[in-house]
Amino acid sequence: MGAESSPKIAIVDESPIRAAILEEGLREAGFTDVVRIDEMKSLLSRIYALDPDVIVIDLENPSRDILEQMFQVSRAVRRPIAMFVDQSDAASIQASVDAGVSAYIVDGLKKERLKPILDLCISRFNAFAKLQDELDRAKSALEDRKVIERAKGILMKLKGLNEDEAYVLLRSTAMREKKKIGEIAQSILTASELLK
Amino acid sequence: MTTPLQIGFIPLIDAAALIVAVEKGFTQAEGLDVQLVREVSWSNVRDKLNIGLFDAAHILAPVPIASSLGLGHIKVPIVVPLTLNLNGNAITVSPALHAAIMAEIDGDPLDPMATAQALSRVVATRRRNSGEPLTFGMTFPFSTHNYQLRFWMAAGGIDPDEDVRLVVLPPPFMVDSIASGQIDGFCVGAPWNSIAVDRGVGQILHFGSDIMERAAEKVLAIRQPWAEKNPQALAALVRSLVRAAEFAEVPDNRNEVARILARGEYIGVDAGVILRTLEGRLKISVDGTIREGGHYMLLAREDASAPDPLQAAWLYAQMVRWRQTPMSLEALKAAQAVFRPDLYEAALGRDGTHQLAAKAIGAFAGPAFEPANIEAYFAALQAGYGKP
Repeated sequence: MGAESSPKIAIVDESPIRAAILEEGLREAGFTDVVRIDEMKSLLSRIYALDPDVIVIDLENPSRDILEQMFQVSRAVRRPIAMFVDQSDAASIQASVDAGVSAYIVDGLKKERLKPILDLCISRFNAFAKLQDELDRAKSALEDRKVIERAKGILMKLKGLNEDEAYVLLRSTAMREKKKIGEIAQSILTASELLK
Repeated sequence: MTTPLQIGFIPLIDAAALIVAVEKGFTQAEGLDVQLVREVSWSNVRDKLNIGLFDAAHILAPVPIASSLGLGHIKVPIVVPLTLNLNGNAITVSPALHAAIMAEIDGDPLDPMATAQALSRVVATRRRNSGEPLTFGMTFPFSTHNYQLRFWMAAGGIDPDEDVRLVVLPPPFMVDSIASGQIDGFCVGAPWNSIAVDRGVGQILHFGSDIMERAAEKVLAIRQPWAEKNPQALAALVRSLVRAAEFAEVPDNRNEVARILARGEYIGVDAGVILRTLEGRLKISVDGTIREGGHYMLLAREDASAPDPLQAAWLYAQMVRWRQTPMSLEALKAAQAVFRPDLYEAALGRDGTHQLAAKAIGAFAGPAFEPANIEAYFAALQAGYGKP
């Protein structure tokens, strides 16, 4: 690898969306040589064939142990290999463990050149986690809305209320019992199922 | 006041003492509030312990030595105040490789020397026929599985780096990999050997205890500075784990222990398979043959829990033998100092006058291992068999 050229980065991730987010971030930052690996069966041979300078892997991936083999003196890899972190880097490995990312360097790439790659991966990884969280929350909000609509319908029918009155009844009950409206609505649905 | 502790583990039967200690309330009785965190890779367990996200960990016995010496990763001083188990591994091969070995065997199939020599002939025939080298799975570069496979093969005249392929695979992947033909055999801990046999894709060729009678398998690992700062919590943890290991060894308790370990948040496999392992009664063949091994896995019996510096020296010798690190007497000493019988004894309220009987590794072949004469050991290995 030339001193000025972009290092070859392999992203090992079974989540295609997250891998795409990482790749996009790296490309935007000027790292143009990025390859994604989502097939774990032939991981080691893929990596040997690609011969990357940096490997980024998700910590929830059990195949992480497979990569440890590359840091052994073995006949398959004839050049010396080392993990990028050393004792002075306890903070960056801490950050990468917190974010769920681990980075390995497979050749003599300078640490100062690796730092921006890792920082970028960590921020993208966190952004993905946030996105996932928001998505989950949006999903559960949508679920809540559906449940509330159905509970309102039941109240309107059983108690002869209009829609606004039914909603006010749900909300005031939730406030009185210190629960979410969705929870109260769910209990109404459950109760009406039982009483059918 | 209770002390909160985060402890990492890998879903394997030899995490039994940790899981039982929490589930039976033994840790709570010692004033500890232990949260067990299930992990997916040994690298994760090691890293999270090393940087302080875990206070303690269930880990492969060679890993704390590698971390303390700075091999393969960052250098972090780790201490081992307790051995979680001795033995517990097995070598499993595909039915096809099993048949090939049995066709070549000259001697007792339970004798590892006879099987290693037979394997050596199978390997030679494959080479003559320009076949692909046999591939064996093991769990981690710094693992007893790696060393036991290598020791066994080398005794039969096989060079494990040249004549076969050894690949790291996460334990839950072993069974699928042997079923799909990606690997021809593996060395792994319980329950994965039994699961391969149950699925009809593997035959257990050897128990780990055939290769070595007494081999430290998983240990409790703690960062040295943490151990020094928290001697009371450490002692409390050791006591609760010894109590749990002793509980799990009582035959009448095994059903209960198997049911706890089988739960989804722990190992998540059938309780019957776990029970067979705890009893040391393993189905070794697809035809249903059962083999009993009194030393298949020791949790507390025969002073299994006491960390033994002899074991640490042996593991260091394997690292040197297989070129993971150069030989140095200073490093040997440092490796031995990782295993801390003094912390174990202190936790159990012994004043240090209780001398644990020195117990040999009991390898099936090779020169006797004496840490004080480690250089003579390597010389004898080189003269005897294999390439050191």
